[in-house]
Amino acid sequence: MGNKQTIFTTQQLDAYQDCTYFTRKEILRLFYRYRDLAPQLVPLDYTSHPDVKLPYELIGSMPELKDNPFRQRIAEVFSEDGEGNMTLDDFLDMFSVLSEMAPRDLKAYYAFKIYDFNNDDFICKSDLEKTLNKLTRNELTEDEVRMVCEKVIDEADLDNDGRLSLEDFQHMIVRAPDFLSTFHIRI
Amino acid sequence: MARNVNFALDYPLMETGLESPVDEDGVHDLFNQLIAEQSQNGKLSEAYELQQLQRDLEEEEEEEDRDRVTYLSGPRQDLRERRRQREADQQDDNATDSLMSERWSSATMKILSSMPSRTIGRSRGAIISQYYNRTMQLRRHRQSRPSIKDLSRSARPSIRGYGMETDSADTDAAEVTKTQYLVNNLQNLSLSDRIRMLRAMPLSVAAKSELRSLALKKVKRPHPGSQIPCCSRLKYYIIIAFRQSWYSWLSFLHSLQLWQVALKRVSGRFGTGVLSYFLFLKTLLFFNVFLFVVTGAFLVLPQAVHPPALSDERRPFSGLELLTGAGYFSDTVMYYGYYSNYTLRQHCTDDGDGQKLSVSNGTSVECVLRHLSYNMPLAYFFTIGFAFFITCIILVYSMSKSFGQSFRIDKSHSILAMKVFCSWDFKVIKKTSVKLMSENICTQLKELLAEVNHKHVMITSCQKLLKVMVYSLAWAICIAGTTACALSIYFFSQYMHQNLQERSQSPLKAQNPLLNEASLLALPMLVSVINLLLPGLFNLAAWMEDYQSPSVCTYVAIGRNLMLKVSILGVLCYHWLGRVAADFNGIMCWESFVGQELYRFLLIDFIFTLLDTLLGELLWRLFSQKVLKRRRKPVFDIARNVLDLIYGQTLAWLGVLFTPLLPAVQILKLLLLFYIKKSSVMMNCQSPRKPYRVSQMTTIFITLLCFPSFIGASVCVTYTMWSITPSSSCGPFRGLKTMFQAGKLWVQELEKDNPKLSILARAHAYLVENPFFLFVGAGIFLIVIYFHSQVVDGQRKIISLLQEQIENEGDDKKFLITRLQSIHEQKRTPARRLTSQDSSC
Repeated sequence: MGNKQTIFTTQQLDAYQDCTYFTRKEILRLFYRYRDLAPQLVPLDYTSHPDVKLPYELIGSMPELKDNPFRQRIAEVFSEDGEGNMTLDDFLDMFSVLSEMAPRDLKAYYAFKIYDFNNDDFICKSDLEKTLNKLTRNELTEDEVRMVCEKVIDEADLDNDGRLSLEDFQHMIVRAPDFLSTFHIRI
Repeated sequence: MARNVNFALDYPLMETGLESPVDEDGVHDLFNQLIAEQSQNGKLSEAYELQQLQRDLEEEEEEEDRDRVTYLSGPRQDLRERRRQREADQQDDNATDSLMSERWSSATMKILSSMPSRTIGRSRGAIISQYYNRTMQLRRHRQSRPSIKDLSRSARPSIRGYGMETDSADTDAAEVTKTQYLVNNLQNLSLSDRIRMLRAMPLSVAAKSELRSLALKKVKRPHPGSQIPCCSRLKYYIIIAFRQSWYSWLSFLHSLQLWQVALKRVSGRFGTGVLSYFLFLKTLLFFNVFLFVVTGAFLVLPQAVHPPALSDERRPFSGLELLTGAGYFSDTVMYYGYYSNYTLRQHCTDDGDGQKLSVSNGTSVECVLRHLSYNMPLAYFFTIGFAFFITCIILVYSMSKSFGQSFRIDKSHSILAMKVFCSWDFKVIKKTSVKLMSENICTQLKELLAEVNHKHVMITSCQKLLKVMVYSLAWAICIAGTTACALSIYFFSQYMHQNLQERSQSPLKAQNPLLNEASLLALPMLVSVINLLLPGLFNLAAWMEDYQSPSVCTYVAIGRNLMLKVSILGVLCYHWLGRVAADFNGIMCWESFVGQELYRFLLIDFIFTLLDTLLGELLWRLFSQKVLKRRRKPVFDIARNVLDLIYGQTLAWLGVLFTPLLPAVQILKLLLLFYIKKSSVMMNCQSPRKPYRVSQMTTIFITLLCFPSFIGASVCVTYTMWSITPSSSCGPFRGLKTMFQAGKLWVQELEKDNPKLSILARAHAYLVENPFFLFVGAGIFLIVIYFHSQVVDGQRKIISLLQEQIENEGDDKKFLITRLQSIHEQKRTPARRLTSQDSSC
């Protein structure tokens, strides 16, 4: 390890390594990605825990998120203030969950949050409609959307309450082997 | 308003249960504007389930006149207006919502939503207690002797776990204690477990690092400051140093990851499907690197250090050798024939680290202490065996892992739900690909809907008959094509073989050596042409059949291509091991000849793949864009390309015995192929339109790589070693009846030299030479597989039972709630009269 970095203290790096699925090198790389979004805002010295937040407009303009229809939800779910403005911690958290190493349960939890547009801890019909409209860019007719919603809830709702709870969602995810590989963003 | 108070009195639980989300703003739980507004209005108790309440209200309002007065109170009305504005474009889904149609009262909804199962993962407190339980289980699992205190606490995990403490007045305090318990548990876990737990917690990094620092602090507390005894401090430092080195090792490993940027670009544009081709290529590359390292270290290096005395001068280099592999290359370490059949004696090579390594575990280094030597035949025998053995283990392991990941229980259920929630590929970042993907999802959803709606399309018997006839015709065409190809290869190889023999016997041999050498390329060319053209015929047949589901189409295509490749390779193996090995008239060694043939096949296959890429992808794109004026680009055929890779790998495995450096050639080929395919894909192709089930297909390909490809190759290699007489003039096994005798002779010699080792000899005689043990081993293997599948089957049944149970309990819950509601209705009627009287007063 040639050049000693001074961005984080060793303790900070250790903490990040223990709390995310990243190695030291990846953490530093993510830091530089974060900093590149707004070099004038983010200091090069994080040892004193500066309170820096990048607005959603910057986060959403990353190439990894730019064309993702769920980018706003992703940013909202992972940001502490719920509005998509992210600190470095949030940023690391987001890519840690979306990394290859994250386990299915963790990914499913956050995927559920992302699809739960109104934050009521259930995926109900309106959430599903929004999801569908984002997925298909409003290409489906209203009738089709309604039918798909009914079918989806019919299929995945195990306890018959007409909406999907986290449990239902996780049950469904277990049966979708591709989820792990698709809910993944390469940095 | 008054009604709410009434409820609060009736159901103290719900009032308190509702506070938690509002208190825990700070965590990841995000609360929508509604909740924020609501809490500003001082209506904390209704933050929960606001939406449902709202709908509920709207319905009740429309239908129950008498409630109008109580519901139209200020802030709520206001809120509803806003809400309506916001969701004006959305259709009113009340009518279709199954629960809403039951018209629960708000009180019932509240109870429903504060049920234990509903609060999992909902708030920070719930998450913490959930993880408290998990750590508890882990601890019990690891230690198996929890203290009494722990037991009493964990005896009722379901209640503790899901935030039932909410009925104590202050949830804050409860959360603090829960956090403490969690921290307590965390520090009792081992380091790796703690890290794993921490990482898997769905909390923000800040919260996690807080927990972590708490856990770490408490660990240190018993030894404050300078009072740490020397040894434990040492231990601490060692642990820290160990951890640091582990992390740096991990970073190092990570930096080794090949082609990260390239893979990211490919996946960003084409998604997981095309990416899987490149990942498969990478896997193959690692297999070959392993094979190359093993053969290079134990065969090529020792032989290169001790070159054997060659009888005649080497042939001049003409350039054609690069293609044919013959001529200049034939007397090099590349081929079997070059290796010597004696023990290299001058000094022990560096490989002799494990000088006393026992031979029984398959290591090839044999450096007997008395006379330091390297027994080449033995090394050859054991290196190949060892390499195949390890490859087999790795393959079976990755196959079973892949199976476990992809073939989960019942796949027919909830297709639509999976399509909606799991089909978006978050990796894709290119704009046009994103657009294409959403189009694809749209069409797939439409197709699925159509399928669900018209599941029973009646097919008349006449149509059925027609279909069966078309199918059988298509299969007949494919089988006929394959048979014709196999026969043509059979006769052509026979002709080539006779031709070669005649030429070598006739004195006109020296007439035109270059032409002779070039004629060797004819057979590989023929095979590659067949490999290139026949898939076209199969595509034609598939077009004729017009399959409904794309997955059946893919499977049929894979099956046909596999049939072709297996039959071609079968004929070729017969040609090499039957014909060439049997009557090679002692001109040169047949092993080297077969090795050269395999080299040629590998190379020509590579060249044809390049041509295919160039013609099939680049030129076709130019043609269709410039001449046909179509905007569409060709689609990258993942299945066919992966099958080509598997075919090439089979050749490489077949050839290792005859050409120890063939893995190096294959490595070069794969490296070049990666870059060429990558740039071709980026330039010429568009993302596939058909849905592609990545994990399933990957499993199938790994299985194919294991079953026909690797097993076939190793059967051929074993057959060669066990029962074909090696050529008498060259190679490490000259003079022996079979290659396998090398080991036997060596063991006998060992027994003679050192009578104490006679047990080893006997073990060798029994274990290796006796086919009985081979059969027993295979039998045990099969039995284990059988039991494993039985266990999986049992688990599947249990899972379906459990699912049934969940559904039943859902029904029970519904029933209970209906009863509750009706009882509540009965009670409410007198109460409401009372309140309305109050308000009128």
